[in-house]
Amino acid sequence: MYAREILTLLKLEIALDLRQRTAWGGMLLYVVSAGYVAYLAIKSVQGASLWNALFWIILLFAAFNALTRSFQREEGGRQLYLYTLVHPRSVVLARTAYNALTLVVLALLSLLFHSLFLGTYALEHVAWGPFLLAVVLGAIGLATVLTLIAAIAARAGNGLGTMAVLGFPLVLPMLLAVMRASKLSLDGVAWSVTSTYFLGLVLLNVITMTLAWTLFPYLWRD
Amino acid sequence: MKHWWWKITAVVLLVVASVAGLSVPLAPALVHVAPDRLGAGTMEILVTGYNTRFTEGIAVRFKNGGDQFCPQRLEVVDATHMKLFVDVPVGLREAMTDLSIGDLHYSGAFYSKGGGEGFPAMDCGDDAPAQATKGFVFPNRSILYESIRNLHFHVPMWFTMIALMGLSVWHSIKALGGRNVLDHDRNALAAVDVGLWFCGLGLLTGALWARATWGTFWTSDVKLNGAAVTALIYLAYLVLRGSIADPYKRARLAGIYNIFSFTLLVLFLFVVPRLNAIDSLHPGNGGNSGFNDLDLDNRLRIIFYPAVMGWVLLGLWMAQLRTRTARLAEQLDL
Repeated sequence: MYAREILTLLKLEIALDLRQRTAWGGMLLYVVSAGYVAYLAIKSVQGASLWNALFWIILLFAAFNALTRSFQREEGGRQLYLYTLVHPRSVVLARTAYNALTLVVLALLSLLFHSLFLGTYALEHVAWGPFLLAVVLGAIGLATVLTLIAAIAARAGNGLGTMAVLGFPLVLPMLLAVMRASKLSLDGVAWSVTSTYFLGLVLLNVITMTLAWTLFPYLWRD
Repeated sequence: MKHWWWKITAVVLLVVASVAGLSVPLAPALVHVAPDRLGAGTMEILVTGYNTRFTEGIAVRFKNGGDQFCPQRLEVVDATHMKLFVDVPVGLREAMTDLSIGDLHYSGAFYSKGGGEGFPAMDCGDDAPAQATKGFVFPNRSILYESIRNLHFHVPMWFTMIALMGLSVWHSIKALGGRNVLDHDRNALAAVDVGLWFCGLGLLTGALWARATWGTFWTSDVKLNGAAVTALIYLAYLVLRGSIADPYKRARLAGIYNIFSFTLLVLFLFVVPRLNAIDSLHPGNGGNSGFNDLDLDNRLRIIFYPAVMGWVLLGLWMAQLRTRTARLAEQLDL
């Protein structure tokens, strides 16, 4: 029903971000400098669990940084204009899709820099399929939870502070499951064990999306 | 009087459950043996019981891998202490030896090297009449002991909290529905306010119980993570409310956050623990025996269900009072 609207909005997002490249540059620089700080602090990481924990913590903060601005463009008149043109549900679905895309790209780039700075020792026994799936699902999960939170925080009129307070407890469940799944994959554990986690993650993503889809129209009207 | 029936029920249930929960005695049990290692030869063993009534002539049996032996002589010190003088035979087969005194069993009471060839079963004579457990008593289990009473306080706190948060979500949904927005929003806030107190009490009783049984106030356990996340979510809810000045906007945004986070919370509390249940120290999780196994004769349940109902009703009552005071404060513009 909204497919065309969603596609148009998605194109709009991409066009806006391409026009305004500083945003992407900022996110990338954040990931690189966070990885470099971790490297300076501990030089080389020998254990997979520390490597894994650092990776997800850096990605968590990167996600908060990246998504905080996702609803701050719509201020006053612009939001009203958008409201008259499209259904709010298209807006939230398009925004979530775009955020998920952003975070997946950011996560993969982050993975690259992380291995560069902190060494690939932790990746020696990795089962690549489950590990990459964990990274992608984790990034999508962060995007689905944080998109609605970013919208609430933007409507409340506060920036990163409110976003962090509201978002941290809510991403924690997802983050714990993702970290466990990715740690198991780093240890080379087979699909048969990790598939439960992936199923749980997909389920969590679907439920979160449904909630965002249901609740967003109430948030959008003033 | 007609409107008070549930409040009176709440008070009666709470008083009955609390008094009974604190005063019902524990079942007798054997809690300690010294020394707890067996070696062949003559030994003197001191047995400590809890709520027991040791008497001369009570049947004492040691059981090891199907063989049994009994003490040469026993000396009752008092109702809860007894000295056993025993000739431990050569050839204990199993590493663990069980002890029974009367109808009390202490499985794995003693450790020995084991791996022997067995020994001829000793003729211990006829069993003395069993010391039947009398009256209404709570189960007495290792590491829980008297702290089992906390079941009637710790667990109802979480039931009450979930009930109040559920009530809050219901009011949030109504508030988003668009009629009597501010009334529903006030109710939602009151329920969260009171629910957070129950969360605090749950954490407090849980921490004390954990200290008594697991030896530490806080451990990494899925249920403890869930409790911490719950507290953080609802504190964030209060922070969000505090940051918005316009009451209608506040009602809407807080309502949305409430519904969103409660749903994710329910998933986290009841679904994620199933994923990695091996992490939990709690009874009934991660291969630990639940209270169902302890409470074979339903004596805990008889007190537990009234306690849960009483606390939930008390929580609803408190939320109602909180709503009323909030409405009065608004009218008086305090």
